[in-house]
Amino acid sequence: MAARKEFLPMTHYLDFEKPLAEIEGKAEELRALARQNEGMDVEKEARGLDKKAHDILRDLYKNLDPWRKAQVARHPGRPHCRDYIAELFTEWTPLAGDRAFAEDDAVMGGLARLDGRPVVVIGHEKGHDTATRIARNFGMARPEGYRKAVRLMSLASRFRLPVVTLVDTPGAYPGKGAEERGQSEAIARATQKCLQIGVPLVSVVIGEGGSGGAVAFATADRVAMLEHSIYSVISPEGCASILWKDAERTRDAAQALRLTAQDLLKLKVIDRIIDEPLGGAHRDPRAAMRAVGSAVGDALAELEAEKPGALVRKRREKFLRMGETALPA
Amino acid sequence: MNWITNYVRPRINSLFTRREVPENLWTKCDECGTMLFHRELRENLNVCTSCDHHMQISPRLRFEALFDNGAYAEIDVPAPVQDPLHFRDQKPYPQRLRTAQKATGEKEAMLVAEGEIGRTPVVAAAQDFSFMAGSMGMYVGNAIIAAAERAVASRRPLILFSAAGGARMQEGILSLMQMPRTTVAIEMLREARLPYIVVLTHPTTGGVTASYAMLGDIQIAEPGALICFAGPRVIEQTIREKLPEGFQRAEYLLEHGMLDRVTDRRRMRDELIVILRILQHMPPAVKGELPPPAEGPEAAPQPDAAAKKVAAQESGA
Ligand SMILES: [Zn+2]
Repeated sequence: MAARKEFLPMTHYLDFEKPLAEIEGKAEELRALARQNEGMDVEKEARGLDKKAHDILRDLYKNLDPWRKAQVARHPGRPHCRDYIAELFTEWTPLAGDRAFAEDDAVMGGLARLDGRPVVVIGHEKGHDTATRIARNFGMARPEGYRKAVRLMSLASRFRLPVVTLVDTPGAYPGKGAEERGQSEAIARATQKCLQIGVPLVSVVIGEGGSGGAVAFATADRVAMLEHSIYSVISPEGCASILWKDAERTRDAAQALRLTAQDLLKLKVIDRIIDEPLGGAHRDPRAAMRAVGSAVGDALAELEAEKPGALVRKRREKFLRMGETALPA
Repeated sequence: MNWITNYVRPRINSLFTRREVPENLWTKCDECGTMLFHRELRENLNVCTSCDHHMQISPRLRFEALFDNGAYAEIDVPAPVQDPLHFRDQKPYPQRLRTAQKATGEKEAMLVAEGEIGRTPVVAAAQDFSFMAGSMGMYVGNAIIAAAERAVASRRPLILFSAAGGARMQEGILSLMQMPRTTVAIEMLREARLPYIVVLTHPTTGGVTASYAMLGDIQIAEPGALICFAGPRVIEQTIREKLPEGFQRAEYLLEHGMLDRVTDRRRMRDELIVILRILQHMPPAVKGELPPPAEGPEAAPQPDAAAKKVAAQESGA
């Protein structure tokens, strides 16, 4: 629990975590009282509450339904691209701009090393407070973000550097300028570039894999998802309002869309699930990030010996095969 | 290619297809309100004779007008796994599919065919907006892959007419995966150095625009077509301001550098012939109505051979 405090001075509880908030609140109250009144011993009671909180947490997260997973995937305290870069990579050297119009702060990209291995890193960054969320446009990239990614993938390919992408976006930005500057074309070109580069391409969905904006980075040799992340053609909200004509039916939409890592693994759309700490990545960000780092390291080691031509051929074959596996009835 | 299967049969079939018999003899233009007689409208490729508004046109009608003498052979599309997610909203997905099949007389939202246009062998694929808004699911993905594979195997260019509300939500993530899958198909064409021409028709939106519909060697749109990733309503809700007149329409995209051309449907065929023949180093086509081929269509000329011939002629050999 100490680790959580270190990252999250103010815990943000999700709606379904209310019973947990109550117990953890009580334990905290008790300890605060003891700090104010010297000689007062509450540790036994507080530990009892801790144990109870732990049990509640375990039960809540044992079988998270898809809508709850969507909420966890969007948890504000969840580690974001920026945190992963700081935790896992050394010699991080951000590279900016699409060389045509602008730099897009919703997409981080640059050179770095993972366990000493030189790589190119590209990822969506949502921001962590109001100012940075606005600056990062809540992780919704504009065409420039995708074009920067294309540029960096080309760079990686030319200098034989593997590419690691971290996917965490509600989707591409639905804005006037973004459309005028060719949002669709930019996404299509990024997906195409993913299918062209003769270097290993490893992708992890760390939070939200929102539609085309996610595909543009995740058309990879290996795609992993964190246990409680989601990856979907449309948000549960969007799907509910279109198919149910009722924006409140998000739980049904999330269920029907099969957007969880567990279902996507069964459909063979992803290759691996990375376990999260109990209660989600936001409860112990460092442990979650290290798990991601080691999964990416494994994938890169597996792909290291592949020749460029074989990488491209196998990547394409993998996507052509998708859809052959259905979910059990 | 066989004359009976490729020319006569589609004609006979079309006489009996439910969708070819209009429910109403008159159609009202939703742009100018003129009442248009169905024969006249059809003759004009579903373009309003009074205001030139381009209405929806089914893939079969389009192909009939596109291919020489309306003769084309359908290319089989491998059937995908049905309802892989067991998707159910207010209705089960298989029921929605059956309703669409009944209403359109079509199997799915894309038709793939091969034939000749101006004696230029081509493969063509057309998306059917009347079938579940033309939405891109596994069938559409398979159709584009089948079209690209056929084009590569027969060394023919691919013309793709897009029309879609986006991805087929009922296929969830598997509809999203059609973005990379269809992009693989386009890569096959690129590597074979075969022209891939996209004709964007009203409307082309969402994941379709953000994949195969924006990756053409040449991008042409029909007048007035809405072409976008995010639709105007979503954008207005996000930015809370009115969008300019004509926003995301074909002409607007042309002005913003996103398209090569905006072309009237009635001139599209001639234009496609010119472009395809130039890209493939073929001599100019004979314009106008062509008589039915006497002994079946010509064998596909090899672009390389054609190029050599042109070079030889230029050098005076
Ligand atoms: Zn009219």
